[in-house]
This record gives sequence, C-alpha cells and structure tokens, in this order.
Amino acid sequence: MSKSVFSSPSLAKHPGLDEWVSVGADGRISIHSGKVDIGQRISTALAMIAAEELDVPLDRIDMVRTATGEAPDEGITSGSNSMMESGSAVRLATATARRHMLALAAEQLGVDADTLEVDDGLIQSRDTNRSVTYEEIQGDKPFGVDVDPDVDVKDPETHKIVGEKIAPLGLSEIVTGSYRFLHDMKLPGMLHARVVRPPHYNARLKGMNDETADRLRQSGIDIVQDGSFIAVVGANEYAVIQAAERLFAACDWDTSGALSENDVFESLTANPRESRPVENDGVPQDKPVPPLADPPENASATLETRYDKPYHAHASMGPSASCAIWQEDGLQLWSHSQGVYFLRDAVAEAFDIDPETVRIEHIPGAGCYGHNGADDVAFDAALVARALPGKPVLLKWTREEEHAWAPYATATSMKLRASLDADGKVIDWNHESYGDTFNMRPRSGPNMAGAARLLSGRFRENPPPEFVPQPAMVRHMGIHRNLDPLYVFPNKRLVKNLVRDLPLRTSALRTLGAFGNVFAIESFMDELAEAAGIDPVTFRLNHLEDTRGREVLEAVAARMDFNADDGIGRGIAFAQYKNLKAYAAVGVELEVNDAAEVILKRAVLAGDAGEIVDRDGTAAQYDGGFLQAASWTISEQVTWDRDGITSRDWETYPILGFDNVPEIETILIERPGVPFLGAGEAVSGPAGAAIANAIYNATGLRLRRIPFTPDAIRAAAMDA
Amino acid sequence: MDSLTLTINGEARDINCDPATPLLYVLRNDLDLTGAKLGCGLEQCGACAVLVDGEATLCCNRPAGEFAGKEIVTIEALENDAVGAAVQRAFIAEGAAQCGYCTAGLVIAATSLLKANAAPDRDAIVAGLEEHLCRCGSHGRVIAAIGRAAKEIGNV
Ligand code: FES
Ligand code: FES
Repeated sequence: MSKSVFSSPSLAKHPGLDEWVSVGADGRISIHSGKVDIGQRISTALAMIAAEELDVPLDRIDMVRTATGEAPDEGITSGSNSMMESGSAVRLATATARRHMLALAAEQLGVDADTLEVDDGLIQSRDTNRSVTYEEIQGDKPFGVDVDPDVDVKDPETHKIVGEKIAPLGLSEIVTGSYRFLHDMKLPGMLHARVVRPPHYNARLKGMNDETADRLRQSGIDIVQDGSFIAVVGANEYAVIQAAERLFAACDWDTSGALSENDVFESLTANPRESRPVENDGVPQDKPVPPLADPPENASATLETRYDKPYHAHASMGPSASCAIWQEDGLQLWSHSQGVYFLRDAVAEAFDIDPETVRIEHIPGAGCYGHNGADDVAFDAALVARALPGKPVLLKWTREEEHAWAPYATATSMKLRASLDADGKVIDWNHESYGDTFNMRPRSGPNMAGAARLLSGRFRENPPPEFVPQPAMVRHMGIHRNLDPLYVFPNKRLVKNLVRDLPLRTSALRTLGAFGNVFAIESFMDELAEAAGIDPVTFRLNHLEDTRGREVLEAVAARMDFNADDGIGRGIAFAQYKNLKAYAAVGVELEVNDAAEVILKRAVLAGDAGEIVDRDGTAAQYDGGFLQAASWTISEQVTWDRDGITSRDWETYPILGFDNVPEIETILIERPGVPFLGAGEAVSGPAGAAIANAIYNATGLRLRRIPFTPDAIRAAAMDA
Repeated sequence: MDSLTLTINGEARDINCDPATPLLYVLRNDLDLTGAKLGCGLEQCGACAVLVDGEATLCCNRPAGEFAGKEIVTIEALENDAVGAAVQRAFIAEGAAQCGYCTAGLVIAATSLLKANAAPDRDAIVAGLEEHLCRCGSHGRVIAAIGRAAKEIGNV
C-alpha cells in the first residue's frame, strides 16, 4: 500500500462511502459515478480502478447508470476532468471500502487486519484457514462511513488490472448489436415525436394551414404547439417523420430576421466586444486591457500575424434523442446529456417545477464531444410529454437538426505578435483571441439562465429572458483556454475578447478555445523559429522548462526525420491542455497532392496523462482526438446564408473519411502513481498546428485560416 | 395496413407495414432489431448498413418492399456467420469503437468486404469503408480490426 497522491473535489460534495460503492448480497460490487460514458470509456477506467483496489476481477464490477437524485452530482462530464474527479474519488472510495471490510473481517476472524489478504473478494488470514467474503460482511448493508481522503491505496507496482490493455465495457454488446442506445428505447405505449423547426434561428410562426393540420390529426398524429415550437407525435415513427415534413410545408414563417451574411472574420475584430486581460497563468482580470506597447528596443525581429478558425459542428453520428414521460408526480427523462443534474435544474426552471420532481437517467447516445443537441432534445421531449401526460414519448432529432440547430464551436481569430532578440529568444509576446461564448450549457441561475439556454425555450409563447453571456473569468475557460502559452516568455500581454452580435448559436466543443489558441501559438512558434534560424524542436525546447512537456516533445522529435528529402511535409507541435492537464506532442507527415488535397501519411503522438488506467482507452483518446482535429483542420466549416444554415448534412459538412487516415504511432509516457490528468482533449490543438506546419514544410505555404481545403491551398498558392 | 414478407436472419417474417417505409424503420421498430442505426437517413454515413444477399447495403432510405425475396442479415445474427463472427472478435480485440454508434454499420461493411475479398490490403479495406463515417476517430482501429479478421479467417 502507498500514501495516496490522489484527491477529488467530488468527495467534498459526496463524502459518504455509500454514495460511491455498494456490495450486493451476491457479491457483485456496484460503483456509482456522476461521470457518464460518451465513448471515452470512462466507465471502463472506473471499473478497472475499483477492481484493482478491491482485489476482485473486473467482471464483478457493475457500473451503475448515472441518474439524478441517485448518482453523485459531479457536474458535467467535460474538460478532461473525469479521471481526476471521479477516477480519484472511486480509487479513494474503493480503498476505503476494502479497509473497512478488512477491519470487520479481522474482528470476525479474530486475527490482525495486517494478516489478511483478498482474492476475488475472499478475505483470508495468512495465520488461519478461516475466511470470509465481501458479501458475507457487507452484502446489501450500508457502510455508514465517509470516504477517507488519506486512505492508503495500492502501490502501483502491485497493479494487476490498472495499466493493462483490456476490452472496453460494452464493446461485445456493441459489435453484436445488443448495446442499447437511447435511440433504441422502447416502452409500452411509447409514442414517437419530431419537431417541426422554423427555417432559422430568428424565424417565427405566422400561421399554419389548418386543413393540413386537421388531416394529420385525422390520421392519428397529435400536434403539440407552444408559440413557434411545434412537434408532431404518433405511434408510427415513419408516419411521424412524414407528418413533420408535411406540417413544415403547411407552416407560414416570418423570416424577416435574416442571419447576418457579413464575413465572420471581419465581424470578430470589428463588432462590439468585452475585453479582459489574462494574467497569472491564464486568469482573466476585471480591469482595462493594457495598450500594446512598441516592440522592445533590443528586438532583432518582430513578427505579427493573425490566425482564424471557422465555426465547427459537433456533428455527432447519431442525431440527439431523448425519451420523456410526464406523470402526475413528476417528469421522467432519459437523456444522453453530459450533465444530468444541470439539465434537471434547467428543465425544472423552464416549467417552474421543483427539481426534485424531475428525474433524469443517462442512457448513452452517440459521441457528443461537448454540448451538442443532447440537452436541447431532452427539453423538446419534455415539452411534448407535458402535452400528453402519462405517455412515454421518444423524440429524435433529424440529421438536419443536429447539423443546423445544435450549438457550434465559435469561429475565432487569434492575433499574435512577438519579438526575438539576437540569440533567437522570444522577448515579448502578445496574443489576443476573439470569439463568441463557449459557455451556453443550460446551467440554471438568475433570470432563468438555464431555461434560456435550452434551444426551444426561445420559440415558446412565453420565452424566458434572453441569456446574455458574460466573459468567463475562471482560469483557462472558454476563449482563453490555453491562451497563456506554457513556454517561458517575458512580457506577455494576453487578451480575451468576447465578441457580440455574431450570427450563430455557440457553446462548448471539445477543448473550447484551446484548439484555436494552440493552433495559433504553435503555428507562430514555427514562424518564429524560422525567423530565428533555429529548428522548430530546438526553438521550442529553448523556451520550455516544464520537464514533462520536454519529454513528450522529445519523444515525438526522436521519431521524426525532419531532414529527410522525400517530398513529405513534416510538422510538429505541442501543448499541455489548460497548462495543467494532459500533455501532447504531435508530429505529422503529409503530402499535398496535385489536386491540392492534404493527404495524411503518418502521425506520431506522445502523451502524458498521469497514471495510465485503461491503456487502450487512453491511447484511443489521443488517436481519436487527433483524427477529429485533423478533420476540423482539413475539411470542416459551418456555412450559412441569410435564410439559415446551409451545412445541413454530411455532404455539405464533410468530415475526414477512412480514405485519409494516417498510420498513427502513439507513445504514452508511464507515470505510475502520479495523479490522473485526463486524456480527452490534449491532442487537438497540437494536431491542428502540426498539420499547418507540415503543409508549410511540404509546400512553403503558411496557411493561417482553417480549414485547409483544396480551395484554400490553391488560393494561398496564387497569393504566394 | 399492407403486409409484407421479408427474409430476415434466415427467417420469413410477415410484417404489417406500409411497404414504402424504409427497411431500417421496419427492422428497428417492427422487429426490434435495433443494431442498425439511423445516422442520417440520407445514405451518407453507413450507420444503417445490413447485409442483403451477402452485400452491405444502406437501408435508411430504401422502401422495405424492395427487399422482398432477398436475404437480409442484420448484425444481431452475424455471430452465426463465420466471417461475421471473426470480424466481431477482431473489433473487440482491437478496441475498434469509441461511442459505438457507427460500429454496427462498420462490422457489416467489414463482413461484406471479407466475403468478397478474403485478403484485402489496406487500400482495399479503405475502399470497402467508403460509405462509412466515424466521428470519434476509431478509424485506425477499425482498419486494423479488419486486417486482423482477414488473417484469422485465412489461418483456418
Ligand atoms: S443512416 Fe443510412 S447512411 Fe446514414
Ligand atoms: S465510434 Fe463513435 S462514431 Fe464511430
């Protein structure tokens, strides 16, 4: 056993051991967590941690579905926090549970607790032949004690499960089709529903052709309406889909509030904005932004440039879905939201009911990567269910709705300026980021702040007051996530700008502002390295003191042959997520072909996420994060015109396909016994920059606006 | 309501439904075969693929009536197929899914591919997945899984 370096903020809110662990009379161990599985395999990691501490095989662990009022409230499954928060809590809880049961066993067996060993839940003393099982001691009984935050945990050298490569929980059900997603729910008497959406955000219902509506009603379709929120409901799903199309055509919309077609990259720096200086390791300050001073006298070179990224969509493979029943005693919802407690409070706020009368159970949906349509669709289902009390209603969004109505990651612009001295050292650094909010999850608060952020709220007859986002002031949040570089630079001037009056609905997408900021910083580092006449790896190392950061960077550099003369473009980039979480360095090899397409050949990823629990799951987060960010970088952008969103499906919003997948080599740095850092978002920013740097290396074209489509590359070549 | 007879997973099934209903809804709602997923309904993503006469076929947008007289196999019955079962094992061994929403379609596509070409190289594997998307970035593991399944089948 060893002293624990693991701690969890979740335990402050939920200190009771029974809130985390229970032992059944059958000897099965249940683990309760507030973090939900969204494809990142958190359940697998938590089960591995529990099995390890309790000395039971993995298949004796049951991960209990997260539901409000039952699971610990651990906020949102986001921000790469789940391993630190829930992973640490489960480790400490299960270690406490083991110690507690061993103490009881020692008493019962009349031996010293130090002589006890556990194998598959069987507790035996080295001194006697007598034994007792977990279930005999604890089966169906409450522990009645708190989790000890200082409990000794297993010495990592003795780990048998943690750190291994195992098949993720649920995968055998997934490959045989028996895994139940929310979309697969079936309840007795269940109805299907679809929303009839207006053409765009600002459109409102003027009128509806009564004849069509009547005919639909006669065919057994219910129409639920609350202002401009309209839904159709019926027993047959396909009939409901057709009814929604027919009713849309029968609606007359006021579309006078057209979407702005101004160039968003101009708007980002021209529109009104809230600006805050960012200091002290990434914390915005409530004070005026200092003016930009002239470059220092001893500057031998000053570079100034700007990088842009467009709006990106979550673009989940499954359109969001939710099931609801409105009963006399309350509302039951099934949702794939990342934050069931937040959603519960927001829904209760919208209906002005007691949150305790709303129960939300998490059922998996498709990967969401942030605030996709999950919360909105749950509110839609609740709106419909409320009109049809007692009837279960399964409401699914369409592909179009997921693409056109779910929140996006804002377009951002990053303006950078830096000066070098004669030795090639950075002597001043200026970085301003501009964007819309990332913070539109339905978190309840004054002025119905939760309800106001649920999509359909604003279309109701009596909408909640409009929610006006304020600059997030927490360390490394939103626009200023990873705005502060990890490099040691003197004279940093960092500014976040929350820009008003931008056209699209935005919120949290994987990494929030970090993707744009790291793409900009790490592209700029290469530009500076070239100006200094120093190779990109050495230039970075010259400014990087963090030893764990240096290690991942060097691990990638060692596997990249930057001097090869083979027509392949090579690029490298690095970051530590939030300057606090997991580290990632990325090396990319690519070609730009005659059609100006970027063809990814090879990617080398090095990661340090603290102690590795689920080895393959951790690697999968790096690999998958890389491919998703490569897709953002090479091919994705949301498009719109005055009449609404025009990227409404996979043809108009193309993502990376199987035909552009590089060989990926992922190196995970071993850190046994070191706190978990969470791996889900580390690689995205470096991936974008490494691709930009590799394109430059291949073609001499410095691309500063994502996505790097053939059109963009041809345009850059024309300008060059 | 019209009725329709389809051969699904080796069994003739009589279904009361409008034959214009896309097959995917019939499978999922009338037969409770929910393994195939609706990802787009536009034949753009591959989540709904099933085997029709041994070939991966998108069924989110094609009327069920068109499938009369054909052998439809869904992922739920793939364990009974030597190639399908090898593909399933390989997907597990390679951890070839994250959220798993795209996976059923990919397992079907891989089975179809390996039935037509027992030893595909990487390019052939990629070509066989042309109609499929994955948003989680499981691509590399999926390609590896299909290679592994091919090897396993080749060894027996
Ligand atoms: S659901 Fe059929 S191809 Fe997307
Ligand atoms: S595993 Fe999630 S979409 Fe492919």
